[in-house]
Amino acid sequence: MATEAHGAESGGLVFHPMDQFIVKPLFGDGPVGMFTLTNATLWLALTVLAVAAIMVLGTSRRAIVPTRSQSVGELAYGFVYKMVEDVTGKDGVKYFPYIMTLFMFVVLANFLGLLPMSFATTSHFAVTVILAMAVFLTVTILGFIKNGTAFLGLFWVSSAPLALRPVLAVIELISYFVRPVSHSIRLAGNVMAGHAVIKVFAGFAALAAISPLSIVAISAMYGLEVMVAFIQAYVFTILTCVYLKDALHPGH
Amino acid sequence: MATETHSATGNGLADAVGVEGHDMATAGPGMPQLDFSTWGNQIFWLLVALVVIYFVLSRVALPRIAAVLAERQGTITNDIARAEDLKRQASEAEAAYEQALKDARAEAQAISQRTRDDIKAQVAEATKEADARIAEKSAEADKAVAEIRASAMGNVEAVAKDTAEALVSALGGSADTAAISKAVDNRMKG
Repeated sequence: MATEAHGAESGGLVFHPMDQFIVKPLFGDGPVGMFTLTNATLWLALTVLAVAAIMVLGTSRRAIVPTRSQSVGELAYGFVYKMVEDVTGKDGVKYFPYIMTLFMFVVLANFLGLLPMSFATTSHFAVTVILAMAVFLTVTILGFIKNGTAFLGLFWVSSAPLALRPVLAVIELISYFVRPVSHSIRLAGNVMAGHAVIKVFAGFAALAAISPLSIVAISAMYGLEVMVAFIQAYVFTILTCVYLKDALHPGH
Repeated sequence: MATETHSATGNGLADAVGVEGHDMATAGPGMPQLDFSTWGNQIFWLLVALVVIYFVLSRVALPRIAAVLAERQGTITNDIARAEDLKRQASEAEAAYEQALKDARAEAQAISQRTRDDIKAQVAEATKEADARIAEKSAEADKAVAEIRASAMGNVEAVAKDTAEALVSALGGSADTAAISKAVDNRMKG
């Protein structure tokens, strides 16, 4: 695809590691409008289908002794449920469906993005920024609804000496507003970097002399990326839980 | 070879950078992530996807899995309770069995003791009877021996008289029965 777009003018080696992230229409060659069906749309839809396949189709038999596919759904459920319960406490459990939605979306988008020729939706800041902002806004609004102005106690470290408190409040405030930035860039950055590195190694494979090394490197990177795909989904979800905990129990 | 590779790599990189430079002029920034013209599209479809996932999960999948897990927990609890019940029954049955075994052993011991006593008594009685019979028999036998001895003496006397008579007649004498008898008697007394 890369060579198609740029031609073969560079001779031996072609490095276009970022081309895999280009959003383009599925049909035709026109501009990308608001409702255009793009490759991003396709892979978002496949993510939805994958979630439905695991969580709905897999559990459709409601077996007491679960089948393999049902076990996967139950494991995901138990994993996120326990995370929500452990981090936010009993009163956070009612937000479990939202967090489950986030987790299932991110983890399956990450894994689908690892398929060769696929499009990694979570490598785009457009996606992760919306996810992070949704979490940030929800948590902030929820914090004020639940605690009123007592939510501001989150920034007032009552255990610190009085003189230090204003300074700490400024630091806490900055760190609070940096949260959505780090939250979104961490996910997209990890996914993008891994995919780009794999593409760079793939570019080296054009040279016969280093292609075996390149293939080994791609395999190793791929293994690492499989880990990253899960770990980043986990990190994204658990940070969401931590932020939610702050909203529900703002004391330190 | 190595230098070739390096130069090729260098060229490739330079070309890539050059191409990217050209692209930047035509198709916006080098990172497609920062091409804000596609953000609207991605955000729209992302929200659609999230809403669909949320409804699929919260309406269908999560209640179903929760129900399955609860049902499994219930089944496990029931099974454990039943297993405990059965275990209790088993231990009761074992206790009853042990009791029965102990009773049976005691009874067996009693029976064998009684039997042993019986047999001892019978043996003692039989021994006494046998002793009495043996004494009787030996008395009888003594009498028989005395009789036999007496009769044997008489026989000896008769045989001696006959033999003496036969000897006398064989030696050519005429046997005087009375004299012989007297002589034999004397001899036997002496």
